[in-house]
Amino acid sequence: MKSSVITFPGSNCDRDIDVALKKFGFKNRMVWHADVELPKSDLVVLPGGFSYGDYLRCGSMAAKTKIMQSVINFAKGGGLVLGICNGFQILVETGLVPGVLLRNKYLEFICKNVFVKINNKHNIFFKSLEKDILEFHIAHNEGNYFCSKDQLKEIEDNDQVALYYCNQNGDTEEQYNPNGSIKNIAGIFNKEKNIFGLMPHPERMIDKSLSGEDGSLFFKNLINNLK
Amino acid sequence: MKISVVITLKKDVLDPQGKIIQQTLDGMGFNNLNEIRQGKFFEIDIKESDPKKAKIQVDDMCKKLLANLVIENYKILEL
Repeated sequence: MKSSVITFPGSNCDRDIDVALKKFGFKNRMVWHADVELPKSDLVVLPGGFSYGDYLRCGSMAAKTKIMQSVINFAKGGGLVLGICNGFQILVETGLVPGVLLRNKYLEFICKNVFVKINNKHNIFFKSLEKDILEFHIAHNEGNYFCSKDQLKEIEDNDQVALYYCNQNGDTEEQYNPNGSIKNIAGIFNKEKNIFGLMPHPERMIDKSLSGEDGSLFFKNLINNLK
Repeated sequence: MKISVVITLKKDVLDPQGKIIQQTLDGMGFNNLNEIRQGKFFEIDIKESDPKKAKIQVDDMCKKLLANLVIENYKILEL
């Protein structure tokens, strides 16, 4: 399986995701933001970080780069795209997934482990994953998911919510919402479920001695689903 | 010619920064504030002498990059 990770100026989780993808069997290539052509890929990942210094709005500049035009074409043709953290912010700025990510409700940068509940397993990202609740890491300042009421209805009608913030038992009450996101939303799909954006970092949970291994479950399952 | 753009958050969008600014001002003695909403302001110097054409171009810029229409409104003003 071939994957591509796009590096923008200011990306800083691009090497982490490179390590994660390779660990679970992807042949990964790093793609520079100024490139125009996307190499042949089964999966494209937009990594976390602070592309273009988070100027104007997080992800807004990266969304307009030439390589992103290729990613958009790839995604619209059914290609698999994963946007993590800043990658999620880039996805919403391109309009590939609905909504926006606002400043965290209490105006603080949040860096901690959280639990997320998988809402929908009828997709290539989560199909056959044995767990329903995963422990991931979050590190962001603008992760407060927001969309209009009409959009929210559409998202829920199409089962586009991928992940909710929750506690370790899977309860999704407001108190387990770290950043003020509408309905505790931590990750969203597009309608067709080939594009997935999430604020938490699965690539930071791939080593028992460092953090945890729920990210390992996610990537192992993903590559199995792709085979 | 010079054109300016003012970007404001839509009514339903939470503005925690505006809220904190308001609270701080309140603490400083400005106690008669109903609400403060923080926005953005751009000054654009454009190589175009026809105001109509310039405004059309700036409008396009707002839609494509300067504003995110899910959460923001924009107003174009001539300087």
